Amino acid sequence: MHLTKEEEKILNGEKGEVMERLFRLLVRLGDIYDAKKMIPVGSVQVAGVSYKSIGDPGTEFLEDIAFKGARVKVLTYLNPAGMDLEDWKKYGFPADFAKNQLRIMDAFKKMGIVVTSTCTPYLAGNLPRFREHIAWSESSAVSFSNSVIGARTNREGGPSALAAAICGVTANYGLHLWERRQPTIKVNVKVDLNFNSDFGALGWYIGKQVKNKIPYFTGIKNANTDQLKALGAAMAASGAVALYHVEDITPEADLVNTKGLESISIGKSEIKETYNLLSTGKTPDIVIFGCPHASLREISTLADKLDGKKLKRPVWICTSRMVKEAAERMGFNEIITKAGGSIIADTCMVVSPIENMGYKTTGVNSGKAANYLPGFCKQEVCFANIDDLVEGQL
Amino acid sequence: MKGRTISPGIAESEAIVTTEPIGFYGGIDPKTGIVIEKGHPLKGQKISGKILVFPFGKGSTVGSYVIYGLKKNGVAPVGIINKETETIVATGVILAGIPCIDHIEIDKIKNGDIVNLDADNAICTIKKI
Repeated sequence: MHLTKEEEKILNGEKGEVMERLFRLLVRLGDIYDAKKMIPVGSVQVAGVSYKSIGDPGTEFLEDIAFKGARVKVLTYLNPAGMDLEDWKKYGFPADFAKNQLRIMDAFKKMGIVVTSTCTPYLAGNLPRFREHIAWSESSAVSFSNSVIGARTNREGGPSALAAAICGVTANYGLHLWERRQPTIKVNVKVDLNFNSDFGALGWYIGKQVKNKIPYFTGIKNANTDQLKALGAAMAASGAVALYHVEDITPEADLVNTKGLESISIGKSEIKETYNLLSTGKTPDIVIFGCPHASLREISTLADKLDGKKLKRPVWICTSRMVKEAAERMGFNEIITKAGGSIIADTCMVVSPIENMGYKTTGVNSGKAANYLPGFCKQEVCFANIDDLVEGQL
Repeated sequence: MKGRTISPGIAESEAIVTTEPIGFYGGIDPKTGIVIEKGHPLKGQKISGKILVFPFGKGSTVGSYVIYGLKKNGVAPVGIINKETETIVATGVILAGIPCIDHIEIDKIKNGDIVNLDADNAICTIKKI
């Protein structure tokens, strides 16, 4: 790989030990994946924020970098933390967990990272443009920015995203290159999708089928950003899909080459089968919405459904601090709280320690959450649409 | 078999092989090295001290930290062999210093084979028992 004189200096340790170590990681990745050069990135999103996911080894790694004075060069956001960073006591997050989580947040803040924690940075003030090179890492955010916005990022590992933030560059390979953004399989959707959970089920099924390919969807008549967010998140969880195209809907769909592609179809029975497969439990102890983090539109829909009602069992809605702020201003938070639900910010069900908070069965409308909850939170799952989930808790 | 170096180093151990991709985050317990993903062919098995052979990584990008954590907790595999290593696994093994190569026809390696992995030269050799 070609390195500029400035970059050589970093590698020789002239910009300090931390820069050298992190830049070396980027160069190593660039060499492995045949990058010809480094490219500047417009923004970064760093994953590996919850104490639950990175543990003591990750925490010490981050504190070491922060302590040695490394600072980020570009706008950098964080993935969800393991708890609501302000109201953790109120929602029953354990105190020893909170102590470690706050250590991690301090380390990030020292590095100059914006300590808002969300998997939807594009809804909270970190919005890349079409064709902008970025280094994002949370798998659903990567999918959304690549597919729905048309920005360019690989699926960065938590540490390689952090390295890109501190160095301000990433290696030019993979999805940064136009020729690598071409679809590799066609997916014909032969079923009407209504609920956001239908998009989650579609995504989960297709992710399993296509693994790390780039799908080109036809037959999806309409989809808003919430539904595309659900689709991409599920595909990145059950498979390794970092980019997808949807005919007439996503920005690169008209530009890519679809000739001669292998093609698969999905109909009503596969969607139904997926709902059944993802539902391992019977009655949820708790229903959690907001995987990926809920948009203001999703919260407003839930507020409508909960207005004047009384919940028998808890309903959480996970979102970013910014969207919660707007929900408070609109009175949605008050409506939801009165009904017995909670809007929880900065965290989500997958990265928070819900298995230690007495919950055994979780209801979700997210294909991604349904994928991760059994393994990482030891939960039985009820995968259903928003109406059935809300109805069941009343 | 000759492949491509992802992370240098040398290791020899029993192979634990799967044709399914592995998502380290939520798929493997970083404290014990046991596969916990529901429905995964390796569920319940321990990867610690073995040469872990799988096609490619999948799922959450926090996987890099899980690989790093496995190493720090002393329960990591001693080597990794892939068909195609994607960035999540690559970042993890480089950071953790676990020898890793890819571009290997992994279906030639059987569960329980003793495998010698020379990641410095991107070579792996199967020693049948």
